[in-house]
Amino acid sequence: MQAELKEDGLHMWRHCLLFGVAAWLAAATPASAFIAYVSNEKSNTVSVIDTNSWTVTKTIKVGQRPRGIEFTRDGKFVFVAVGDDDSIQVIDVAKQEVVDSLPSGPDPELFALDADGKILYVANENDNTVTIIDVEKRARLGEIQVGVEPEGMAISPDGKILINTSETTNMAHFIDTTTREIVANVLVDARPRYAEFKRDNSEVWVSSEIGGTVSVIDPAKREVTKKISFEIPGLRSEAIQPVGIGMTKDGKTAFVALGPANRVAVVDAVSHKVTKYLLVGQRVWHMAFTPDEKYLLTTNGVSNDVSVIDVAAQKVIKTIQVGELPWGMTIAQP
Amino acid sequence: MIRCLVAAIGLSIAATSVLAAAPIEIGVGYLGRAGIKAKLSLVELPAENDGFAGARLAIEDNNTTGKFLNQRFTLEEVRLKDDEDVAKTAAALAERTGFIIADLPADDLLKAANALRERGTLLLNAGAIDDRLREQDCRGNVIHVAPTRSMLADALAQYLVWKQWKRWLLVVGSHDQDKLYADALRRAATRFGAKIVQERTFEDTGGARRTDSGVTLIQRQIPVFTQQAPAYDVLVAADESEVFASYLPYRTWDPRPVAGSAGLVPTSWHAAQDQWGAIQIQNRFAKLNSRHMSALDMKAWTAARMVGEAASRTKSGDPKVVSDFIRGKDFSVAAFKGRRLTLRDWNLQLRQPILLVDGRMVVSVSPQEGFLHQVSELDTLGVDRPETKCKLN
Repeated sequence: MQAELKEDGLHMWRHCLLFGVAAWLAAATPASAFIAYVSNEKSNTVSVIDTNSWTVTKTIKVGQRPRGIEFTRDGKFVFVAVGDDDSIQVIDVAKQEVVDSLPSGPDPELFALDADGKILYVANENDNTVTIIDVEKRARLGEIQVGVEPEGMAISPDGKILINTSETTNMAHFIDTTTREIVANVLVDARPRYAEFKRDNSEVWVSSEIGGTVSVIDPAKREVTKKISFEIPGLRSEAIQPVGIGMTKDGKTAFVALGPANRVAVVDAVSHKVTKYLLVGQRVWHMAFTPDEKYLLTTNGVSNDVSVIDVAAQKVIKTIQVGELPWGMTIAQP
Repeated sequence: MIRCLVAAIGLSIAATSVLAAAPIEIGVGYLGRAGIKAKLSLVELPAENDGFAGARLAIEDNNTTGKFLNQRFTLEEVRLKDDEDVAKTAAALAERTGFIIADLPADDLLKAANALRERGTLLLNAGAIDDRLREQDCRGNVIHVAPTRSMLADALAQYLVWKQWKRWLLVVGSHDQDKLYADALRRAATRFGAKIVQERTFEDTGGARRTDSGVTLIQRQIPVFTQQAPAYDVLVAADESEVFASYLPYRTWDPRPVAGSAGLVPTSWHAAQDQWGAIQIQNRFAKLNSRHMSALDMKAWTAARMVGEAASRTKSGDPKVVSDFIRGKDFSVAAFKGRRLTLRDWNLQLRQPILLVDGRMVVSVSPQEGFLHQVSELDTLGVDRPETKCKLN
């Protein structure tokens, strides 16, 4: 009896201990344990960052000049455009290695996945086209002729319109995803690099790297309704080169990477006013939110690191060293 | 109902007429020199279509954009022979084109500019680097896409000073343009704190640039020519005439680097330039021409792109509207130099970073970090507003 009691007591004690450890673990582990994949343009690698420990847990070898990078909708694979190998490679997230590739057309840089994750639209810088790929069949469905040096790609929230920006033509091309034809061309400032829709389809933002502005386009009227410009005291205007854009799901706050200005601008996405500049690493390119939008991570090309921004506090809280010339980033649940 | 139908018909007619409207034709002329420029190195001999090929690529790029704006660009190429009257040829070309890209020597460019003054044709200088064309001889109808000698010299000097190679042995050729380059280098040395410890002249005594036993003789001449120099860090050569500078590297009496017309050379473009998206234009150019893109090709590309850029911004093909926009304060052009290029409003010179190349690689790009300016760091290169002698119009 005594022994039994003893055993029970021990059992209970164990339970408590386990429970306690579990509770402690839960408290110490932020809800945001995600993984970020970062393409390193010069190293020909992809760095995997654990957003719990903020460390690089794995470096994956990929093809030459990796830039555009995106999780598949199911989170099982990561697509990475390897421009100098003229293909898009497929990384298996479980195996953390390249397992396949897609026929992308020459020099793919950025791409967009449709809502179902079945069709991939790829900007081919070298031959003024957008290539359409059936992801499952690994087959090319067609091409769309666009302006000179296509780059930025975005799909409207309703999936009906694909935006492609062309860097030397200086336009945002509106492409009907059903007919696969251009339905409008909106002239923006020099070297448009990135496009981002608001979730409610009320606006699409296009960054112009050399022009130094972000054009806010009304997707219904298909015209520029506002141009956001940036001024940083003590910095010459030529150094302010907007590239990546991040927009919160509620459409209230936007972040714009300003390239060699080494800063991310925080923009009130309703009034279109710049409210703050956050100092990050050198030549900041692109960015991605953690799915809970607590953190925003930026790739800093020249300083070979990633800055972690606390979105609510609008502060840079961490810097993580990655490979050489980090360029693109995508984040998902592990 | 009927109203709706009428409106619908009206709309469809409007749509059809927009589609059917003939594109706006925008003619661009290219006035270049016939004949091939002499070069010491066989691999640097310019291609027969040097410059023209750059303009053709830009016209193609402009037309890719133009198809979305109903604009069509054409290029008319003219090669000026030695005995031809430049004023007449330019005037004849201007009958058909509102813009002329010119690769001409300074005096010829001025003759063309004067001949076209009343006509309103815009000349885009892609060839002449003479400072006087932007200073005492500047013209309101000439835009300078080519950098000046002083911009090139300043770009080099900034790097040499940054590198702490401040003691220069200056070797100057005996032709006029060599002396002009030497003037620019002397000015740059003074501006940026370098010291010319000695100057030597390399006389052009004539003779062939290519001989069967060339190297043997050169290997005897150059060490002797460069011996007994005061202590120096770098030999700076001014040899635009291509008589001797390329013979200097590895042959100087003292083991010293060479810069200027050989060794580390300042230039507006090079086939090895691959930063800031440049790999895209290099690929496009090579695909079209099966050769590398030269500095003249890039200057011609930039000139024709400036016309295309202004035409798309103004949605016009009218030479006056387009030219006024190029000369206006809102104009800028992207040309794979990592920042927007704008015109100096006091003399219509295109501001631009200058590449420093060793023949195979881009070593650096000026302006160098730390050379500051109150308006644009690009204005640390060349003659700045307070020093200008230019009075437009």
